[in-house]
Amino acid sequence: MMHALVRRIGRYYAWYSLGFVALVLALALAERAGLSPRWIGQIFLFASIALYASIGVLSRTSDVSEYYVAGRRVPAVFNGMATAADWMSAASFIGLAGTLYYAGFEGLAFVSGWTGGYVLVALLLAPYLRKFGQFTIPDFLGARYEGHVARMVGVCASILASFVYVVAQIYGVGLITSRFIGIEFEIGVFVGLAGILVCSFLGGMRAVTWTQVAQYLILIAAYLVPVGILSYKTTGNPVSQWSYGQVLQNLGVKELELFSDPREYEVRAQYRVRADEYGRKIQDLPESLLVERQAQVQRVNELRIQGASARDISQAERALRDLPRSADEARIKWERLRQESLLRAEPPYPHAEAHPGPDTASRSRARNNFLALVFVLMVGTAALPHILTRYYTTPTVAEARASVFWSLFFIFLLYVTAPAYAVFAKWEVYSTLIGTPISTLPAWVASWGKVGLVRVEDINGDGILQLAELSINSDAILLLLPEIAGLPYVVSGLVAAGGLAAALSTADGLLLTISHALSHDIYYKMVNPQASTQRRLVITKSQLLVVAVVAAWMASLRPDSILFMVGLAFSIAASALFPALVLGIFWKRANRWGAVAGMLAGLGLTLFYIVRTHPFFGGSMAEAWFEISPISCGVFGVPVGFVVIVLVSWLTPPPSAEVQALVDDLRLPDDTHPARAGG
Amino acid sequence: MTDSQARQDVYWWRTRCLTAGLLLIWGLISFLPGWFADGLNQHEVLGWPLGFYMAAQGGLIVFLLVVWVYDQGMRRLEARYRKGNGA
Repeated sequence: MMHALVRRIGRYYAWYSLGFVALVLALALAERAGLSPRWIGQIFLFASIALYASIGVLSRTSDVSEYYVAGRRVPAVFNGMATAADWMSAASFIGLAGTLYYAGFEGLAFVSGWTGGYVLVALLLAPYLRKFGQFTIPDFLGARYEGHVARMVGVCASILASFVYVVAQIYGVGLITSRFIGIEFEIGVFVGLAGILVCSFLGGMRAVTWTQVAQYLILIAAYLVPVGILSYKTTGNPVSQWSYGQVLQNLGVKELELFSDPREYEVRAQYRVRADEYGRKIQDLPESLLVERQAQVQRVNELRIQGASARDISQAERALRDLPRSADEARIKWERLRQESLLRAEPPYPHAEAHPGPDTASRSRARNNFLALVFVLMVGTAALPHILTRYYTTPTVAEARASVFWSLFFIFLLYVTAPAYAVFAKWEVYSTLIGTPISTLPAWVASWGKVGLVRVEDINGDGILQLAELSINSDAILLLLPEIAGLPYVVSGLVAAGGLAAALSTADGLLLTISHALSHDIYYKMVNPQASTQRRLVITKSQLLVVAVVAAWMASLRPDSILFMVGLAFSIAASALFPALVLGIFWKRANRWGAVAGMLAGLGLTLFYIVRTHPFFGGSMAEAWFEISPISCGVFGVPVGFVVIVLVSWLTPPPSAEVQALVDDLRLPDDTHPARAGG
Repeated sequence: MTDSQARQDVYWWRTRCLTAGLLLIWGLISFLPGWFADGLNQHEVLGWPLGFYMAAQGGLIVFLLVVWVYDQGMRRLEARYRKGNGA
């Protein structure tokens, strides 16, 4: 029965994929015939949103089990695809290639961290949670740790981790829609919001699951195709994951040549001079701001007297207007510019060099932070509620286990390609752009420069582009790659559609997690256990709407960079949830007091460390322990969580007989026969 | 202790052994290559510096294998110890 189901669903998605390929080909032909890029972008985005919306509407449901866990009949392969789409966020899809481009080896912490976490999901959590078989992660905490306190702490941690994450997704949607269909960022955010709601609102988990499968197919195609074409152009081998080793070697040679170029030294020295200038100006505040303003006013007057062109005068006037208004504003702005110049004054390191640094101390700091980040990303992956709840949706425990394998396989396809992206992009930039005259740079430099994502500054005035004179926004690397490689615009449109799919699918999963925590765990389990089915669904849907609107509003305020916020979510989830979940399954003696104390201690320590060290909250790295940066703070929170649970559990009475029986039951082989389940 | 209780204990013991063994592999692959990346980078496999390769591709393949082995192993264990299946 299961096999027949898999085949039937597989057929639907095969038709769907063929349809999508036909659309891409038709647009490619239309582009040849002269269809403008703007139209291609719009058709891509609206066609894909319309597709997701129709799946969402077709899967509408008013059954609680369907709404919360898709009726528990999602076959392993499709649950794997849905989990992969749920998992791969705007940060993975858009940000990762750029992070790897700039961070080189150090960025690989994300690649191994975000895949290795699935080993923990498979071995420690997914099968047992499926055996438990309820609706949410706080459900498990509430049942295992007897009562509302543990459930409540679980709800808070889930919401905290998921909410920052969902804001980052909606931000990503805003970025893509505004870039590719040329609408304003704030409007793009709300267009994205509509795209998210059409999937999740009517059909809950059931609709989200089936749209996520569709979104996975688009996002993986969008990720693999451009780099495959580029790989074929560069090396004659379309399998980029295989061929980039060779390119990495060539890149190493090119890097040696570039890094020792005297003109590069000269440019870096000039950036250092500029950084020092900003440093001096910051020191002399507030006088330096007055001096600056007077000089600028004088310049405008001089230009007027000389009868300079209107363009020069208006430029000078704009510079005057853009001067900081107060000393505080000037301090912030100049400090940012100083840091920027300092960064460009740094000598770059070869792409493949592990834990680079000028001296042994900074090298070992880089290594410790790398390992800490790997640890936090892995444990965090295994504790993110929106991922774990996906394993409630399979028919059997065995299917849940198989489904983790499929999830990891589908995720693997993207993560194993991301380093190739970075290497190919870097190779193209280094070998075709650097060292060429600035006047002959390709058109995309100017067009992306207009939106501020690419900047070129001829600081040494030699008319030739040096490495340190070019800056590309790290989120733009992926979106740019098709243009760098000179591919037709339809490929760029495909990439945008993929990024949109990644952001929408993750946002949907997260929103469901948050609204289910509010409506199921708080309202139904704690406030009104007698609520009718209909009432529960009404509450869930209204919560979903509220959370989505609040998240979109937050995103429209353009908070800090995407990766920073998502990074914090991992530490929060890891330290608050992972110890309590794992010990709940593997240590029968863990009790309610231990769990609550451990979750609070882990979460508290993590938040304390973030506030203490992250500049966003006014902290500084001078306060850090072992020089671990705030993104990896879970490396302290997780062990503390474990230790506190164990100590407090030992000091307090063991859990009740019923709970012990529940744990025994989790550890039994699954009785559901695979043949009887599903369908 | 009844017979079925003993069988369940054996099942749980074997599950834990399998889990612990695979977790060990996971731990080694996750953290050792990162720690020794500099030394590994001196060697080369298929054109990649080894340290880079392990973090970018080799480790991921091992993770995939670990999860696959666990799935197969548990499938076998479950089939053997499921209620109603004779010893």
